[in-house]
Amino acid sequence: MSDFEVLHQKARSFYATFERKAELQHQTHYCPGCGHGITHKLIAQAIDELGIQDRTVLISPVGCSVFAYYYFDVGNIQVAHGRAPAAATAVKRSLPNSIVLSYQGDGDLAAIGTAEILHAANRGEPITVFFINNAIYGMTGGQVAPTTPLGSKTITSPFGRSVWNEGYPLHVSEVLASLEAPVYIERVALGNNKMIVRAGRAIKKAIENQINGLGFSFIEILSPCPTIWKMQPQDAQAWVRDELTKIYPLSIFRDKTLEAQRRPERAEAPALEKIPEILGCQSPRSVDNSICQSAAKDFRIKIAGFGGQGVLILGEILAEAGLDAGLQVSWLPSYGPEMRSGTSNCQVRIATQPIDSPLVNRPNVLMALNEPSLHKFLSAVEPGGWVLYNGENLPAGVARHDVNFIVRPFTALGDQLGDARAGNMIMLGALLKATSLIEEKWIDGAMRRLVKSERWLDLDRKALALGQEEAILK
Amino acid sequence: MRKQLMKGNEAVLRGAILAGCRAFYSYPITPASEIGETAALLLPQVGGTFLQSESETAAVNMLYGAASTGIRCMTASSGPGISLMQEGISYLAGAELPCVIADITRGGPGLGNIAAEQSDYFQVVKGGGHGCYRTLVLAPDSVQEMCDLTMLAFDLADKYRNPVFVLADGFIGQMMEPVEFPERAILPAPPAWAVRGTAETRKNFITSIFLEPDALEHHVLKLHSKYEQAEREETRYEAVQTDDADVVLVGYGISARILKSVVQLGRAQGLRLGLLRPITLYPFPTEAIRSLAATASAFLTVELSTGQMIEDVRLAVEGRRPVEFYGRSGGNVPSAEDVLAVVRNIIKRCSVSEPEVAHV
Ligand SMILES: Cc1ncc(C[n+]2csc(CCOP(=O)(O)OP(=O)(O)O)c2C)c(N)n1
Ligand code: SF4
Repeated sequence: MSDFEVLHQKARSFYATFERKAELQHQTHYCPGCGHGITHKLIAQAIDELGIQDRTVLISPVGCSVFAYYYFDVGNIQVAHGRAPAAATAVKRSLPNSIVLSYQGDGDLAAIGTAEILHAANRGEPITVFFINNAIYGMTGGQVAPTTPLGSKTITSPFGRSVWNEGYPLHVSEVLASLEAPVYIERVALGNNKMIVRAGRAIKKAIENQINGLGFSFIEILSPCPTIWKMQPQDAQAWVRDELTKIYPLSIFRDKTLEAQRRPERAEAPALEKIPEILGCQSPRSVDNSICQSAAKDFRIKIAGFGGQGVLILGEILAEAGLDAGLQVSWLPSYGPEMRSGTSNCQVRIATQPIDSPLVNRPNVLMALNEPSLHKFLSAVEPGGWVLYNGENLPAGVARHDVNFIVRPFTALGDQLGDARAGNMIMLGALLKATSLIEEKWIDGAMRRLVKSERWLDLDRKALALGQEEAILK
Repeated sequence: MRKQLMKGNEAVLRGAILAGCRAFYSYPITPASEIGETAALLLPQVGGTFLQSESETAAVNMLYGAASTGIRCMTASSGPGISLMQEGISYLAGAELPCVIADITRGGPGLGNIAAEQSDYFQVVKGGGHGCYRTLVLAPDSVQEMCDLTMLAFDLADKYRNPVFVLADGFIGQMMEPVEFPERAILPAPPAWAVRGTAETRKNFITSIFLEPDALEHHVLKLHSKYEQAEREETRYEAVQTDDADVVLVGYGISARILKSVVQLGRAQGLRLGLLRPITLYPFPTEAIRSLAATASAFLTVELSTGQMIEDVRLAVEGRRPVEFYGRSGGNVPSAEDVLAVVRNIIKRCSVSEPEVAHV
């Protein structure tokens, strides 16, 4: 025993008195012999020794250690049950220079929070995690934990933990050690003074790794809970030493401290004035306001076909061109499984008056690039409206005498031009010719912005011209 | 700036960055995904953080961590994801942490579908989480408002130290309209209460636990007084031709856009229709609706749901006038003509039996 020198002083990283506590401000709320109290001391000592008190942010969990912020004179954030690694992730990413210590019990980390710890470890978040494994739920009064030994009777395993009911004790350190990213994983125990000293060293190293900019460090601490275990503190400590360590062997499961790379620093933030440009926010561009004075327009356009026929881009070009021409526009796509199942449609409005609803239920232009679309939407077209159909002839049985049809094999014409997918632009050319929708120069401007390759721009221009010739009334 | 054509979801994220958002944590879900996708592209370019989390539960708790450091932060999701976030939202409100959450609503319940609905009203406006808290809720009805109200959401979140929702439906998120962005970006300094890993902020702590009954009651009353202040100062709505309206239509988001054409159609046919569009769903424009109950003979609430906001309209009208409902769900949308037919019915019924007006 004389190997150890007993010091009677409080770490500087602890408050002198615990004023956030309602009463008994000179002592903690932990039970005598509780591993939380011992671990707190080891952490506070490490913070002192490493000189990081100001930089430290402690994330406290839900469990008996929920009130860690009563004691630690560091930045404190108390979070939801099991989610400390998620919150710690964001704190560290917001404040790369801070030292983020995430502290969790075994209900918190090994039950409700398994996803968060696994993914924080797997991302190699450069934080330090302390995992207090006392093999029980302390705060809620002694329910079985994923870490409870087989056969142990708890208030929710009154017949003893059974492999058939609760499964085997969960070995979190071993699970995390199966991941690539973690830098340091060690299991320590508070089973006697020697073990406690060893635990203190591991805790300090796990924090040092973070100071050095290395990745994820994780210390599992086998810890006594004399109250729930219904043991005297000395017996609880002995039980940690003699029994818990049998189930949870003490080991360094991972130590890449020497070879681990420092994380790259984040790129410098750009000047605030540069941000609109980075976001692609556009600077003023001239619009043709003369158009606004022109005759009232209200085009309600429905474009429909198979995916890959260029339905959405056709609508987008129309809307962009309308905007350039100083008109009011809106574009609304079908989205999701409709796209996956191979059909696609969009609704475009181009008008002189502000657009009330972007939905087009009563189109005055229907651009049907396939037969199902014609069947689906023809009856909705307003009398006097325009219907452009992609086919040699209207399908048998399709008839309306109060609308204008333009029926051409647009896809086949596109194929002749060089790519069947240019059929959409041929149809647009025909529409421009037949109606007063918009001047071609605006379409050309929109195409130049939206069409990505020179080859396609060239093809689309030819297609547009061909469409104007093909605008034959049927 | 020039107006540019953009999807609502893309405008949300740009508005957020212009307002100083530098952290975005989310999990993919249609029809909100473009917000996260745009964040993934743009945030790293402005010195910010984007992380696709392992779940919405993790995302909202990442938001909690980021907000604790005093930076402007955001997430976006839809129905099922918002359901998962509710515990975290309660913690955010309890710990008085500002952040912005966009809900681009899809069809429910359960997996429902990905088409647009307005069926998240209850869980967003009334709060799906535990405890006496509210979230402020802004409801854009255009791409321009997707940008503008997102920016406003960040200011309100900071002013009230509370989560603020931007609640839009799949249509508003997915559609493209011209939008004009502000010319300048801002980046507010972190507030004094934030935990920043520095000597000056060492004393700061973030928590939502108050063990003593009196302490918790004190805290809850403090939150409550913030909500009362928001009710006094932040209520926003748009009134379209309500002054002489016989029937007042009430709707938000895409429904309001449809109702704007209903008003036009109806007026062209000699019907005196008006629209009251709540822009803030919490605080709700209760007073505005209540005062219209003095002049209008009936109200019609139109929603893409089986009727959620209608409860707030009824509470505002206090039984003075009939409050009718029309809605579609599952991704269906009423046409202006459908709604007009319903309105005609109401007018017929109301003129047959003039409602008793309780003058209070
Ligand atoms: C979502 C949620 N579920 C349940 C609880 C109740 N709860 C509080 S602490 C706790 C378990 C704590 O056990 P552990 O993490 O092992 O910590 P200990 O108290 O043993 O230190 C539970 C289940 C809660 N606060 N939140
Ligand atoms: S119940 Fe157990 S874990 Fe909780 S304070 Fe007491 S000894 Fe510690």
